[in-house]
Amino acid sequence: MGNFILKLDALSAFFLFLILLLSFLTALYGTQYLDPSEKKLGPHWFWFHLLTASMMLVVCSANAVLFLAAWELMSLSSYFLVVLDHDHKEVRRAGLLYLVASHIGLAFLTFFFFSLGEQAGGFDFDQFLQPGLALSNPTLLFLCALVGFGIKAGLVPFHVWLPEAHPAAPSHVSALMSGVLIKMGIYGLVRALTFLGQPPPTWGYLLLGAGAVSGILGILLAMAQQDLKRLLAYSSVENIGIITLALGLGLLGLSYHLPLLAVLGFTGGLLHVLNHALYKSLLFLGAGSVLKGTGTKEMSLLGGLIKTMPWTGLLFLVGSAAICGLPLLNGFVSEFLIFLSAFHGFPQSSYGLMLALLAAVGSLGLIGGLAIACFTKVVGIVFLGKPRSERTTQECGWSMRLPMAFLALACLAVGIFSPVIIDLFSPVVAKAVGLPSFVVSAELGSPIESLTMLSLVFGLFFLMALVLESFRRWRVASQPTSDAPTWGCAYVRPTPRMQYTASSFTQPVMNFFRSLLRPRTQSHPPEGLFPSGSDYSTQTPDPAKDSLVLPFYRRFRDGLMAGRWIQQGRIQAYLLYIALTLLALFLSSLVVP
Amino acid sequence: MNPLTILLPLLLSPLLLGVINKTKALLAGRRGPRWFQVYYDLARLLGKGTVYSQTSSWVLRLNPAVGLACLSVALLLIPAAGFSSALPFSGDLLLLTGLLALCRYSTILAALDTGSSFEGMGASREAFFSCLTEPILLIVLLGLSHVASSNSLNELLRFPSQAWGTNGAALVFWAVALFILLLTENSRVPVDDPNTHLELTMIHEVMILDYSGPDLAYVEYTASLKLWVFASVLTQILLPNRLEGLGGALSFLAGVALIGVAVGLVESVMARVKLDRVPALLMGAAIMAVLGLIQVLKVGL
Repeated sequence: MGNFILKLDALSAFFLFLILLLSFLTALYGTQYLDPSEKKLGPHWFWFHLLTASMMLVVCSANAVLFLAAWELMSLSSYFLVVLDHDHKEVRRAGLLYLVASHIGLAFLTFFFFSLGEQAGGFDFDQFLQPGLALSNPTLLFLCALVGFGIKAGLVPFHVWLPEAHPAAPSHVSALMSGVLIKMGIYGLVRALTFLGQPPPTWGYLLLGAGAVSGILGILLAMAQQDLKRLLAYSSVENIGIITLALGLGLLGLSYHLPLLAVLGFTGGLLHVLNHALYKSLLFLGAGSVLKGTGTKEMSLLGGLIKTMPWTGLLFLVGSAAICGLPLLNGFVSEFLIFLSAFHGFPQSSYGLMLALLAAVGSLGLIGGLAIACFTKVVGIVFLGKPRSERTTQECGWSMRLPMAFLALACLAVGIFSPVIIDLFSPVVAKAVGLPSFVVSAELGSPIESLTMLSLVFGLFFLMALVLESFRRWRVASQPTSDAPTWGCAYVRPTPRMQYTASSFTQPVMNFFRSLLRPRTQSHPPEGLFPSGSDYSTQTPDPAKDSLVLPFYRRFRDGLMAGRWIQQGRIQAYLLYIALTLLALFLSSLVVP
Repeated sequence: MNPLTILLPLLLSPLLLGVINKTKALLAGRRGPRWFQVYYDLARLLGKGTVYSQTSSWVLRLNPAVGLACLSVALLLIPAAGFSSALPFSGDLLLLTGLLALCRYSTILAALDTGSSFEGMGASREAFFSCLTEPILLIVLLGLSHVASSNSLNELLRFPSQAWGTNGAALVFWAVALFILLLTENSRVPVDDPNTHLELTMIHEVMILDYSGPDLAYVEYTASLKLWVFASVLTQILLPNRLEGLGGALSFLAGVALIGVAVGLVESVMARVKLDRVPALLMGAAIMAVLGLIQVLKVGL
């Protein structure tokens, strides 16, 4: 059953490219980021390379048992990377949560592959793909794959481990995890879908719904965070949501036989995988550079870093514009394709599908708007304005700058040269959709025309901005310029404390969504005739965790407690269990030959 | 394509602000500023010196050019005066929303760059309201693209007049939604008051407090172009009959001017709503947008 079969098709090759690119860049960054005088780094690099190798094995393996083994190796090695700072209690807790979540996911995947293998008569992926294989329970298998891979990808409500583990890991590992590791969940899901045959519409609706919920909840929770790396982790949940939503659109296209919707949905989703890998790694590396340079990742203590850390500031700003899906950069292109798939699918569909597409457009629009609010907050609070606390800051070194600069340039390149990139994508998409390559290329014809125009307009934009900026500089330079304090109603001694804070910036949004997020506030207003101390604090706990995952976990645990009496701790009882089990097996072999 | 599609907005967009101001003055019984006052202001600002906040960085200095580039490139995508747009392609409506988003992103960051709490306040409100306007705009565009069976603004805004016969009700709903978006995105009453002098209550004006000289001219001109973009889109939805040539151009300009009058009317007869009531207004617009879609689907039966 377990054959060591490796295969490299277009889909694997695409993910392999991501793994190799990002692990190289993050490793380069890590050499300077980690301080060898603090800790022995041998084990760290051991696990780092093992993680890279196991991810490569995951995307190349063409046998279920090998896949599961590689998957487990990947989870374990990343666990050890997360707990590098294991002398901190919260890091150990985060690591444990990650380990538990990974193994719950593995349980679902084991069931998925073994059930599939049993029906296919073998565990090679080729056997799963043999024509005429009629699965008895495709929807159950789909759900198992969704949960198992969804845990790794960080889909709501299975994302609970993600905002704990990502901030706990060293920043270059966070970048690798957010950029590539969670995408293994997407790879697994896409690969699993190819085994399951023609999808019924319900799968597409389910993926679309899960994606929309992940996207909206992820970005809202990201906005509520004070810790820079936690914020980025929640934003990964959001982006996984966008990818899942796009895959849902693609599946709906397959179910309703709308090839353009299918091809555009999958292309947009897979391109977003690439894009998110590029800009999220960039942002995590930037956050690491902030952490190393200032010693904190609390946004309320930072400010004005663009002056002391100009490189990090510029590159982080590029990453944040990319993640907001703004024109010129790569994020725009994938969201453009996803929107385009919904717009193309809309006129020719049934009422159910129309409603789904309407929801997709509405929620993607909302996510886009919220992402802008979230990332203007990050950039504005951390890099602009004035420092909010007294601390020494130091710009990062070249080995940390270069990977970031490369990623920022890659974001720009994918944005500008999108038609070429999409052309390269057609075999990958063909593999994912299960259509011949030439059909996919033909379907992509008109979107590529749009993208070509898009590149043209971007070029014009650069030209226009250049002309306008030169004219502006000329006008400004030909008249006297002077410096003055920021306008504060004529108050001329503003202090950094007078700046807007991260929580006040997001307050309108948080207030609007309060019934969903249920923020907890604690306040002691000034009281009495001579009021002295007063305080106000607000916290936004993860609603999916508090009202879904934890209650479910408690129920589950209480249910299992019913079997607690079996565990007596007495040797005699255990021997009895063994004897009874053997007897039962013996008897059953008599009854069922 | 005709050069007029670009030239008209570039030349006439400050005049639209003049129309609004004249309307307001007329209704208040004043003579009001001259029709071309905005042009004089822009010219004067271009010749003035600049004062920069000591807190600010290159982000503040880059924003004027980026914002103006966004809006001037957006003009290439919108048909005008009966002429087709300069660069029509399938999906250009998404690029329009993207360019508006880029302009907003850059403005918000520039506001935060000064470290001013007033500007932070304005930026925060702008960010929040645009979270709500973005999906509404996209839903309206989705509906329009369905009616016109095209994803290009060029077809969308120039579709044949029979759309009014079959989908008139939907178009009215979308027009109302778009008008509310126009007021919100351009910081007009009842969302924001361009005439207010209290920093605490402003949105757009407060975000650009620290601009002066040529930079301020850029930012103001960008704002007038943005207003023009919305007014022009709205006009072309509302104009049921298309004339060719001069008649088309004149009816288009009259339509845009009427939108300006409508904005002026709203500002004359209404007060600003409380800031926390603005989401309710936008939800109204969202409902209008969806109602329009339902109307279209019913016709499709």
